[in-house]
Amino acid sequence: MEVVKETKMGFEETELRLGLPGNSGGGEGEMARKRGFSETVDLKLNLSSKESGADPNNLEKINSLQREKNLLATDPAKPPAKAQVVGWPPVRSFRKNMLAVQKSSTDQEGEKLPGGNATFVKGKMFSSFTIGNCGSHGLKDFLNESKLVDLLNGTDYVPTYEDKDGDWMLVGDVPWDMFAESCKRLRIMKGKEATGLAPRAMEKCKNRSYK
Amino acid sequence: MNYFPDEVLEHIFDFVTSQRDRNSVSQVCKPWYKIESSSRQKVFVGNCYAISPERVIERFPGLKSITLKGKPHFADFNLVPPDWGGFVYPWIEAFARNNMGLEELKLKRMIISDECLELISRSFANFKSLVLVSCEGFSTDGLAAIASNCSFLRELDLQENDVEDHRGHWLSCFPDTCTSLVSLNFACLKGDVNLAALERLVARSPNLRSLRLNHAVPLDILQKILMRAPHLVDLGVGSYVHDPDSETYNKLVTALQKCKSVRSLSGFLEAAPQCLSAFHLICPNLTSLNLSYAPGIHGTELRKLIRHCRKLQRLWILDCIGDEGLEVVASSCKDLQEIRVFPSDPFVGNAAVTEVGLVALSSGCPKLHSILYFCQQMTNAALITVAKNRPNFTRFRLCILDPTKPDAVTNQPLDEGFGAIVHSCKGLRRLSMSGRLTDRVFLYIGMYAEQLEMISIAFAGDTDEGMQYLLNGCKKLRKLEIRDCPLAMQRF
Repeated sequence: MEVVKETKMGFEETELRLGLPGNSGGGEGEMARKRGFSETVDLKLNLSSKESGADPNNLEKINSLQREKNLLATDPAKPPAKAQVVGWPPVRSFRKNMLAVQKSSTDQEGEKLPGGNATFVKGKMFSSFTIGNCGSHGLKDFLNESKLVDLLNGTDYVPTYEDKDGDWMLVGDVPWDMFAESCKRLRIMKGKEATGLAPRAMEKCKNRSYK
Repeated sequence: MNYFPDEVLEHIFDFVTSQRDRNSVSQVCKPWYKIESSSRQKVFVGNCYAISPERVIERFPGLKSITLKGKPHFADFNLVPPDWGGFVYPWIEAFARNNMGLEELKLKRMIISDECLELISRSFANFKSLVLVSCEGFSTDGLAAIASNCSFLRELDLQENDVEDHRGHWLSCFPDTCTSLVSLNFACLKGDVNLAALERLVARSPNLRSLRLNHAVPLDILQKILMRAPHLVDLGVGSYVHDPDSETYNKLVTALQKCKSVRSLSGFLEAAPQCLSAFHLICPNLTSLNLSYAPGIHGTELRKLIRHCRKLQRLWILDCIGDEGLEVVASSCKDLQEIRVFPSDPFVGNAAVTEVGLVALSSGCPKLHSILYFCQQMTNAALITVAKNRPNFTRFRLCILDPTKPDAVTNQPLDEGFGAIVHSCKGLRRLSMSGRLTDRVFLYIGMYAEQLEMISIAFAGDTDEGMQYLLNGCKKLRKLEIRDCPLAMQRF
């Protein structure tokens, strides 16, 4: 194999971009720049250090910060969620979403049939439905955020929604535009089921900026 | 070669079916190129932007079947921006405009709209087969168009697509005259379906051999469908929650007794595990079992089921099977060729699957050559043992849920373990690695992985040297997936 001659190439030329082929650099659309390692992990761990590269010291720092985060987990009953690196583990979004839905529906209270072997009948309060495309001019009139929140005010239930990434979020935690853009379906959850959803809202606001 | 008339050559080429072989044939000489191109019916395009539809049409005017792949593999894991592309409309529009006799369309990771589905249904009179894998951009309205207008439809296979569900009226759109269905898979649809329409459709489809239902199809309907379709070869069960003492259950057992041809089983999207014994009837003949969407099936009931599956060749399962369950697989399924162990909770992981399960499989299953294994931890010792036990791996994909985790016992990088794999498995074509890895592993791969065609790397290596070893050594490498590795890309 030929020896690659080392030439000094500017960062721009060698920067990897993910974009439609055929677009020359300097097109009007923004193409996603390949994230450096530190940025990827940084997205979820909120590390203050911005060093590039993954030297072993950095990794150890990450691991110890991760352990610290785990120690700070508020719900002792559930095992602390590991820091989520974007796109890891490599599981298809479809599969992740499907398993999340199945998990949340088995977590809901079921009724046991009397006598004999127990079977579970799912007690769904409301069926999920999708929000259709909403134009920039406004939203479909039959439902909006305040109506939904008002409906449930004072009850044991909170409105939550599943966004494009398959994460379940509290309605009202992110700006309305972001909610309308990313909401795939709604679910009315029991208050206790919905604990732990709010913290993700801040990260979502940050992450959306690349769109 | 010059003595054969074109018709004879064409007849000979008819026996050459693999895409790669036909590509080779076309490169022998100009006359062969011409004949091969004009007679080719099946085309595979691995990257929809690699060639224009017009060029494909020009070269292969007799094209009847096309497979197109759009977004790169990493798109599955949210590593590609949502507006990247991969639209199939330009292809369909070009085929329609040029009056191509398209009969089969298979798409993977592409965006297809309802308008496009409608165009397909109206433009190709002999359209027979639509297979969509990990696609998006369409709704059940598009499916309604396909159902309504494709009079000779044989196959509608929807695998893991993101479909906007406008409720189940699309099933009613199959006209009464449509009796040609061989394969119907709508397991990925989230909404309700018209159950009466489904029953009637099955009743008038004598050739139906593959049927995969979604979660909205309950047990009593399944039982009725099975009574009408006893010749099914591939079955995807929808919802499986019921009382084992009920009449429905007894009817199901009767129906399953008649289904002597089922070789492939999947689904159980909602399942009560204690009622699985009905399926023990068909387990002995199963060659393929996919329980990777059945978190409700685990523990003793799962192990009982597996013990009946003595002829299994392919198993897709969740990690709640545990090492103990994998040991049952290893002792029961001696014909096993491929196994995939998926995480039931992608972020927390299930501590029940470790290197122990992997070693058990490698030791118990002599024909095992393809594995995808999500686990909590791994050790070099285990990988070295696996490599010794099973030199026949062609696909080896290991995913440790903590991507940079070292050897769980020695705390060393996993270089030696993966090195043993590539050294021993001389036929290895696909490799995915994870865990703590240095440049050393790439040295091993470059030295030994001569047949390697695809490799996926994440968070691995220290310097550019690793990449150099890899790219210098693996002459057959076609696909390289790499993310978050410390490289100064300037060298490449």
